[in-house]
Amino acid sequence: MILSVRDLKVSFNTEAGLVRVLDGVSFDVAEGEILGIVGESGSGKTVTMLAVMALIADLNARIEGSIRFRGRELVGLPAREIRQLRGRDMAMIFQDPMTALTPVYTIGWQIAEQVLAHRKVTRRAAWDRAIDLLAEVGIPRPEEAVHRYPHQLSGGMRQRAVIAMALTCNPALLVADEPTTALDVTVQAQILDLLRNLQAKHGSAIVFITHDLGVMAELADRIMVMYAGRIVERAPADALFADPRHPYTLALLDSIPPLEGPRPHRLQAIEGAPPSPLFRPRGCAFAPRCRSAFAACAQVPALRGAGHEVACHLEPGT
Amino acid sequence: MVFAILQRLAQMVFVMVGISMLVFLIFFATPGVDPAARIAGRNASPEVLEAVRISFGFDQPFYIQYLTMMQKIFVTGDLTSFVNRGWKVVPAVLDTIPVTLSLVFGAAVLWVVFSVIIGVVAAACRDRWPDKLLMILGLIGISMPVYWLGEVMNLLTQSRFKDTWFLGWVPPLGYVPFSESPKGWFLALVIPWITLSILYIGLYARVLRASITEALQEDYIRTARAKGLSETRILLVHALRTSLIAFVTLFGLDFGALVGGSALLTEVVFGLQGVGKLTYDALQNLDLPVIMTTVLYASFFVVMANAVVDVVYILLDPRVRSA
Repeated sequence: MILSVRDLKVSFNTEAGLVRVLDGVSFDVAEGEILGIVGESGSGKTVTMLAVMALIADLNARIEGSIRFRGRELVGLPAREIRQLRGRDMAMIFQDPMTALTPVYTIGWQIAEQVLAHRKVTRRAAWDRAIDLLAEVGIPRPEEAVHRYPHQLSGGMRQRAVIAMALTCNPALLVADEPTTALDVTVQAQILDLLRNLQAKHGSAIVFITHDLGVMAELADRIMVMYAGRIVERAPADALFADPRHPYTLALLDSIPPLEGPRPHRLQAIEGAPPSPLFRPRGCAFAPRCRSAFAACAQVPALRGAGHEVACHLEPGT
Repeated sequence: MVFAILQRLAQMVFVMVGISMLVFLIFFATPGVDPAARIAGRNASPEVLEAVRISFGFDQPFYIQYLTMMQKIFVTGDLTSFVNRGWKVVPAVLDTIPVTLSLVFGAAVLWVVFSVIIGVVAAACRDRWPDKLLMILGLIGISMPVYWLGEVMNLLTQSRFKDTWFLGWVPPLGYVPFSESPKGWFLALVIPWITLSILYIGLYARVLRASITEALQEDYIRTARAKGLSETRILLVHALRTSLIAFVTLFGLDFGALVGGSALLTEVVFGLQGVGKLTYDALQNLDLPVIMTTVLYASFFVVMANAVVDVVYILLDPRVRSA
């Protein structure tokens, strides 16, 4: 296992008291695997991976639990040592390529900066590496592109540059936080292809965060569905799409328009809104919106099952 | 590039012509104001008034008078004062320029260096005690009027601590030209520099802290962290660099205005014969040629400072370059 997270809890000290955003999340990422995390905004999918990368800069944040990266405990590790891992062994691609790059430096400079931060090489070598990386992510004429500023590139090209930057040191773990959300659909497909090819070539494990189940189906080996700071269902991608078990996953899949068959009069939407972390229900957090809720839902269901895990009281064997 | 410079020059000429016309019109065309009567003094006889009018050329049409004045400033350079006849204005103004430039330039160096240091330190420790302390000190600096601070400084250096090791090195008030004695120039200006810069240090440190704090919320800072850069590098190379744009804008405006005569209060308090002091004295007795010359000089510097700011923008922000 390259990454194993156990009982991760993230809470923030606010004026309204301690707010728990992430409540006991456990998962593993195997070497070279693509793990998808799906969920609505506020479900905790981004916070999970920011916690793994130790990128939660808020002084009011409290992180508990265990995050082991290649067997090494990251929670409580001095900032200095985490910094050496970040960008070298684990890298992150962000949602909006428009704002993810510093506007006043060329992309070549920004990639070379990362090379120089982790490797003892000359500026020249770092610059050459930047050109190679840009070529690898499919930017045309990379020796010219290194001199471009972020604002001179299109969204797709910028995201490629961000990906090139993340790949600088061939990280063992790549976290992609909705990397295609801000892009055109055609560009989205290109970026997904690129990620898949890079993954095949370098063998990095990828954790792919999205709220787009279509993207997930194309890319992920395993999928983890999150709701209100907990994992509600986890299964290999085929199994999840063939046999979704948690009412929330079912509802999510129902809200995708079908390609075949009669066109539904109205798309199924999930009634209500995800609960605010301030007022989470005591039991199953999805119960207030769940069509099948019953008495047992006042207790938090555990994530159970072998291979296909579900956190729901409807599952047999409770 | 050449085009941009030409455009700047044209803009400068335009501003200067506009300002000079405005000053000229205020002086001559304000209803009920007769410059000849002002020069001749109260109770002057009609004959004297007429003589003054002819002697100063007030009998000619406005535009002739205006053009003559411009010619005397820019071409022949022999414009003379209305108050002290025969006193050449252009050399007098040129004499004051080094004083004002020395004062403002030195103060600018101080305020840029210290406000950047304070702004960065405060932003780095934001919401902790060093930040709060520095920001309170900054607020105190902004709140102290320069004429009061200058007088306090004078009290300390020229009277109370005059003969102590502590401030005994401060020379008497006044300016020493750099060409005469670099050391004397420096010593004479240290206290005025500090006095003038304190307000700006406070102001600029607060502005910089605010814009760095804002920059630190940006997505690219998170990217920089994800790259594994050190916090110091993130602060200085990424956040500070992008925050300098607001800083430079403010600097250009303040520097231009100060060189143009806004350092008046400091000049008066420290007995420095600078442009501000000269303008002030000329305004006291409505000496148009002096006012006209200093105003033209000031507008020249304001436009120049703005041009320099634009060039610095281009260096700082690549997004401006292609636009």
